[in-house]
Amino acid sequence: MKIPDLTELALRNLRESLLRNSLTTIGISVGVASLVAMRSLGMGLQQLASRRLVKSGLFDTVFVTSRRDLRNYDRDDQRNGPAPGESRILDEPARKEIENLPNVIEAYPDIRFITELRYQDKPHLTMVSALPESAKSNDAFEGMQGSFFSSDTAPEVILQKAFAEELLGKTSKPGSDDVNVAELAKPLLGRELTMRYAQRQGSQSAAETNRNTSTTGKENTLSGAAYSVVSREQELKIVGVSDLDPENMRGPMRAKVFLPLKLGESLHIMQPTDLRELARAASDQPVYSSISVRVRNPKQVQSVEDSIKKMGFTTFSILDATRSLRQFFAVLDLFLGIFGSLALAVASIGIVNTLVMAILERRREIGIMKAIGASDGDVKRLFFTEAGAMGILGGIVGVAFGWAIGQVINLGTNIYLKRQSLPPENFWAVPWWLVAAAITFAFAVSLVSGWYPAGRAARLDPVQALRYE
Amino acid sequence: MTRDKNAIRTEDLRRHYRMGETMIRAVDGSSLQVRAGEFVALLGSSGSGKSSVLNLIAGLDRPTSGNVTVQDRDLALLSREELAKYRLHVVGMVFQSFNLIASMTLAENVELPLRFSEVERSKRENRAREALERVGLQARMHHRPSELSGGEQQRAALARALINRPKLLLADEPTGNLDSHTGTEIMDLVREFNQQLGMTVVMVTHERALAERYAERMIFLADGKLVGDQPNPVGAEQVMQS
Repeated sequence: MKIPDLTELALRNLRESLLRNSLTTIGISVGVASLVAMRSLGMGLQQLASRRLVKSGLFDTVFVTSRRDLRNYDRDDQRNGPAPGESRILDEPARKEIENLPNVIEAYPDIRFITELRYQDKPHLTMVSALPESAKSNDAFEGMQGSFFSSDTAPEVILQKAFAEELLGKTSKPGSDDVNVAELAKPLLGRELTMRYAQRQGSQSAAETNRNTSTTGKENTLSGAAYSVVSREQELKIVGVSDLDPENMRGPMRAKVFLPLKLGESLHIMQPTDLRELARAASDQPVYSSISVRVRNPKQVQSVEDSIKKMGFTTFSILDATRSLRQFFAVLDLFLGIFGSLALAVASIGIVNTLVMAILERRREIGIMKAIGASDGDVKRLFFTEAGAMGILGGIVGVAFGWAIGQVINLGTNIYLKRQSLPPENFWAVPWWLVAAAITFAFAVSLVSGWYPAGRAARLDPVQALRYE
Repeated sequence: MTRDKNAIRTEDLRRHYRMGETMIRAVDGSSLQVRAGEFVALLGSSGSGKSSVLNLIAGLDRPTSGNVTVQDRDLALLSREELAKYRLHVVGMVFQSFNLIASMTLAENVELPLRFSEVERSKRENRAREALERVGLQARMHHRPSELSGGEQQRAALARALINRPKLLLADEPTGNLDSHTGTEIMDLVREFNQQLGMTVVMVTHERALAERYAERMIFLADGKLVGDQPNPVGAEQVMQS
């Protein structure tokens, strides 16, 4: 029999026992719905978690430090490889080399220092960090008041809200989240801050000073390795107040005051590494304590990390830290999938039951069809088509049903979140492939369920079947 | 190879089956021949094995031993699939209880064998209409069997048996559920198929009168064995007359 004929006959037969077949189909759709609901929940949660992390700029960032940085010396990858003293210095040429690696968007030095900021003649000691322009798109500045730096060299600052409170002389109650950033920002935006910092001054003049003051010939000054440290002040304009909570962040984001990166570099602020590298004959070129490398796609983080390691540096990425988190989601997904499939397995028993009943009921009809020339294959295919049709119908209804369940749960959760004064989130993801996969899976399950009844119908002895009243 | 002039031939045909402890010999060594275009009646009381012989000829059942040859085909050599094709193209069957599918209209019932032989939809409809016209049911095409009288249902069954233009018409008590007037109408149609379309007819019946009136030859069965085979002395003339 041709497929259109089979389908027509199958649908007609399904309509004949409408109630029973509808119940079976509903069974399948409940199974599919639970599968879709479970999988969507798993994926939605995973997307939620990774969306947050990706937006925070952590998943696509590799932190590079020199092996010479002995603070990390205990780590395994530190112990193998050249001794710290012989390994490369993390300087400007190294930064350029890293930036030229494939899939790297940018590599910028982490400039971070603790210094004094004066506002209305009152000193405040805090951590300052320099940010590249790309940080603008960062999730961290989502709820920011004011604007981002007008240029990468502008003498401007963005304050973290806790520091803004400090400047205004307010004390935030511990644990309270509801600080109104807009209110904090109003009196501060456009005002000037004075930053006092230690500047590393060029070696030329420093070397000369050195020569002049040196009295004994025993103290040899290595040329180009000397510099002086000068205390300086810089006026900075407050352009933004960020809503960011530094405790949740890592790397440069942990500071309370942010500068544009190029400005930070041009100020030649004294870094802790400068002292360390002084012991070695170094050039005037700045040496970085660490470099942040932004990678085009979180998937390429591993390969970029590997190439940087080959250059002789130590790397760290959040991907290393979240490996177990991702494992957890994979297992969660699997379990949700298994629970979802259980309902479908129960539904498939329903299909077997319905079709076996149908065979008993339609025994005579099968006998007639065989007597007038239907082959075993025709009968088998007819029952298969009926099972498949129930599977597809159940799959379509189930996907719709599962989607609806998701919407309801999402709505309910968001009402709850709103009551807890938390922003609404989408816990639910029903991608197209899941829709297609669920319907295909329901179809496949129904065909497997139809296997036994269809075979039984096909083997039915027509003489017996016709005698049966 | 010489062509068998017999449309049907059985040789030492046996069909035994076990029912609990006892062995039932439904057909027990019967050999018979039916010529092409002949109208033969298989007579016998109930349990004589006449329906079993018909089922073996129809390819619905396989013999325990012996063989059935229909139009030079040894049915024993056919696979299940080939046997289904044989039933589809060579044999048309009518039954005592009509055996129409209740959920289908007459037209759908009649065209069902054409679906199995994968005939195109447009051709199917025309052929079903023609077949129903031939039995005088064109007006009832879109009715379901339950809306029709027994005689009409049997006529529809005849139309269905005819649809694939088979050479053989096998009828199992075709008038058994009908009153005598309607039965006559059906039998007239069967005779028409036999004479106008040249179909070989084998009809199982326990009514000797019916056999005498329509069949050219009568074969008697008892306990699965052939007990008589005689040309119809009365019927031959009646056939001539009509």
